[in-house]
Amino acid sequence: MALAFDEFGRPFIIIKEQEQKTRLRGIEAQKANISAGKAVARILRTSLGPKGMDKILQSPDADVTITNDGATILEQMDVDNQIAKLMVELSRSQDYEIGDGTTGVVVMAGALLEQAEWLLERGIHPIRIAEGYEMASRIAVEHLERIARTFDFGPTNIEPLVQTCMTTLSSKIVNRCKRLFAEISVKAVLSVADLERKDVNLDLIKVEGKVGGKLEDTELIYGITVDKDMSHPQMPKQIEDAKIAILTCPFEPPKPKTKHKVEIDTVEKFQTLRLQEQKYFDDMVQKCKDVGATLVICQWGFDDEANHLLMHHNLPAVRWVGGVELELIAIATGGRIVPRFQELTPEKLGRAGLVREKSFGTTKDKMLYIEHCANSRAVTIFIRGGNKMVIEETKRSIHDALCVARNLIRNNSIVYGGGSAEISCSIAVEAAADKYPGVEQYAIRAFADALDSVPMALAENSGLQPIETLSAVKSQQIKDNNPYFGIDCNDVGTNDMREQNVFETLIGKQQQILLATQVVKMILKIDDVISPSDY
Amino acid sequence: MAIEKILKDDASEEKGEMARMASFVGAIAISDLVKTTLGPKGMDKILQSTGRGREVTVTNDGATILKSLPIDNPAAKVLIDISKVQDDEVGDGTTSVVVLAGELLREAEKLVAAKIHPMTIISGYRMAAECARNALLQRVVDNKGNAEKFKSDLMKIAMTTLSSKILSQDKEHFAQLAVDAVMRLKGSTNLEAIQIIKKPGGSLKDSFLDEGFILDKKIGLGQPKRIENAKILVANTAMDTDKVKIYGARVRVDSMSKVAEIEGAEKEKMREKVQKIIAHGINCFVNRQLIYNFPEELFADAGILAIEHADFDGIERLALVTGGEIASTFDNPESVKLGHCKLIEEIMIGEDKLIHFSGVAMGQACTIVLRGASHHVLDEAERSLHDALCVLSQTVNDTRVLLGGGWPEMVMAKEVDELARKTPGKKSHAIEAFSRALLAIPTIIADNAGLDSADLVAQLRAEHHKEGCNAGIDVISGSVGNMADLGISESFKVKQAVLLSATEAAEMILRVDEIITCAPRKREDRM
Repeated sequence: MALAFDEFGRPFIIIKEQEQKTRLRGIEAQKANISAGKAVARILRTSLGPKGMDKILQSPDADVTITNDGATILEQMDVDNQIAKLMVELSRSQDYEIGDGTTGVVVMAGALLEQAEWLLERGIHPIRIAEGYEMASRIAVEHLERIARTFDFGPTNIEPLVQTCMTTLSSKIVNRCKRLFAEISVKAVLSVADLERKDVNLDLIKVEGKVGGKLEDTELIYGITVDKDMSHPQMPKQIEDAKIAILTCPFEPPKPKTKHKVEIDTVEKFQTLRLQEQKYFDDMVQKCKDVGATLVICQWGFDDEANHLLMHHNLPAVRWVGGVELELIAIATGGRIVPRFQELTPEKLGRAGLVREKSFGTTKDKMLYIEHCANSRAVTIFIRGGNKMVIEETKRSIHDALCVARNLIRNNSIVYGGGSAEISCSIAVEAAADKYPGVEQYAIRAFADALDSVPMALAENSGLQPIETLSAVKSQQIKDNNPYFGIDCNDVGTNDMREQNVFETLIGKQQQILLATQVVKMILKIDDVISPSDY
Repeated sequence: MAIEKILKDDASEEKGEMARMASFVGAIAISDLVKTTLGPKGMDKILQSTGRGREVTVTNDGATILKSLPIDNPAAKVLIDISKVQDDEVGDGTTSVVVLAGELLREAEKLVAAKIHPMTIISGYRMAAECARNALLQRVVDNKGNAEKFKSDLMKIAMTTLSSKILSQDKEHFAQLAVDAVMRLKGSTNLEAIQIIKKPGGSLKDSFLDEGFILDKKIGLGQPKRIENAKILVANTAMDTDKVKIYGARVRVDSMSKVAEIEGAEKEKMREKVQKIIAHGINCFVNRQLIYNFPEELFADAGILAIEHADFDGIERLALVTGGEIASTFDNPESVKLGHCKLIEEIMIGEDKLIHFSGVAMGQACTIVLRGASHHVLDEAERSLHDALCVLSQTVNDTRVLLGGGWPEMVMAKEVDELARKTPGKKSHAIEAFSRALLAIPTIIADNAGLDSADLVAQLRAEHHKEGCNAGIDVISGSVGNMADLGISESFKVKQAVLLSATEAAEMILRVDEIITCAPRKREDRM
């Protein structure tokens, strides 16, 4: 550690407990950071593409997750290094913003860092590299805009959307029945989408999973499922044309929030209190009955007596329904959430065409289906699968597919996948590099090389010769001036991604390039790392 | 420059070949563990818990064995998980699914060693699984229309399932029990309605199915021990002190006499409640919660049989059996549905007194009383019976039936083999491997029975080359036999679930190329 000394030779103490900290400066710091970033990218590199491999992640509590979703892997990886954490953040922000391409963005960032390392060794200043990358990313994004195609779809013509979702799903474990899942995702998104405003509220799509059955049994329910059963075992299991009272108050005597005591000192008081208590229950049930409800859904529990009274009045009820589910039910059935019995009115009831209880397997698992709701905007995707891990992974895959469909509705421009967009960008960036005077030129060329690493990883994971395949595709693109040639991962026999129907969304791709560049710039600008030394 | 450490201190990372090997080894170890329990001559395992008491379980039920194992290997956990799901979903085949998945992985390991990409293996396995399923679909027998035949199918399935369990000595007896019980359910899969009561003593042969309902409770003192034409009120209500439920209420008194008054009022309240209950015109009252001495006495005075503290399942089942509703308020006696039964009496099984409800209105529920020499035997018998009941109830819904004794595996293996010959490319190796993995199942069954597996399986293969062959392994005589004549059947649904889940699990483990283990959560040492 470098120390400064005053005129008497005493060291200045600048940092608290200076001797106990390790410090990396200058090129050392940059190299350490780059190698950390590269290490993270290397882990994800093999998960890219339709033939990407999965990772097993064992949590601190020894639960096992198997996934190839970049964001999930990084989230659960227990990362300690600061720079590695930045990469984790990077993939997370791609996940929040776009929902797909979380692996690609990290691989891209890793490649950029790798290229930067070579440039640093040649003595180019990190800031110049960062600026070169910035320029190059602008060129790439603009180029993407040029090669992007818009494509038309409508509520009746969903095929293009389904194709895009299938591309996304093909890299996941569900690719055995990707057609089914893609259709489910697209239908789900379309039924909640607001095509006028081009907006999709994904909160309205609930993804539920239950172990058992097989992936093919997964279904889209135009309604809500609740993992609850009727509060009394003898209540009817099926209600048609249900009018639903959605309550957030318990079927119990009221509990005023102010602290109070009810003193009982005479027998009369004891008896009046008892009568009153009974009246409470009667009143509550009667109120529900009076407004014409045929089903009561309540956030809280019921007293035994209330439960029986409900049963007695032939008023089926569900208890302990979670807040989120309650809201969804309210949205779907067009009802209002009622916090007090006094405020129950017939207008506030939700409506559903059919409410039924369904049981699964040999165990006593029951679920409640609320279907044919007044407002059919809320839908549920109900996943079945061989085991817990398959279901969790399927949920993540469906989430990705939903995000892709949503992005397409927001902005219906697409670029072709299979690495074709990256290769095309790489060619464009390479060509543009010569126009820039100054050292940035090198950085721009390095950027073009980094762009090649995505198709290279794709080819590698698909068991093809990476360099050979990439150069073949690249020369083909230049020769035919056709930006749609990519890596033929599935061994279909053609390189033209239009024929293979492999799409990705334009904003997804642009976001990947921009985010990766930003993070790399940030990492390059760090030239001093101070960390407490090991104890 | 050394590569920076990016993971936390205790976290570890295994990559590529190492990771794949770790998961293969783990999964294959698990499958080897349960392998010896497969088939009618499979052996049992003793499981000793590490908890206090060192409880011992003797079982050959795959799911039970795996559930009790403390496992650290992530791939092994996947296998345990599928066996659990198999148990929940179809109830039987828990061992087969693990063994098949293990065999698939064993074959995959060889292919990976021969430099075939895991993804190629997976796509081959997928094609093979689909083909195998179709092969089974072509050969299923569906006796849905013919009640007589269907019943004999059920009987055969029950016998086949039970033959690998401890109950195999009396499998006919138990198969009959199980079939009768399931037929009473009339198509519902709610096994809750079948109650199994275990009473040590006697022999397994003494087990019986009771058409009525048996409640493991005692009748209150001084109350009638036998009631004919009982009217039963099933209730869930507090019969101790009925407390005031209004929040914040409390009793404050300033003299002893007031205490007595309030107590009197309380008693009066209880008396009223009891009167209301009696006003229903009942002669039997079953409550989920405790009944205190005072109300019990009142019931005894009125000549009503009061049963306290029946657990929740008991209550629900009783309500189901007698057709009554579970009541918690008693103000409108005319509209509460009462349960009915012809006779309630106290019976003795072994040394215990139980309450027996017979001649019940709705015949859905029933009780199976298991007798046996020890707790271990009874526990294992219960598990075996549970398996049989599960399989039967699933078969009632999906009436397709296959032959057993390794027959389905042979049929599948043959079809898959043919597919392998037709498929070009590296996939065909994987498809071939799938068929080898399927053949491993009859091999293991034969091995476990101490037979010459190589010879038998070769004979079987030859037999299966003929069209419409019914040959399988006859473990009893140790030769190849006609499964249709021997009456060995299996449910299609179970076989399909085994096939699909095993393939799915193998696929999942194959796809992995990296294992990242987080640092175990630090726990306070309580020792």
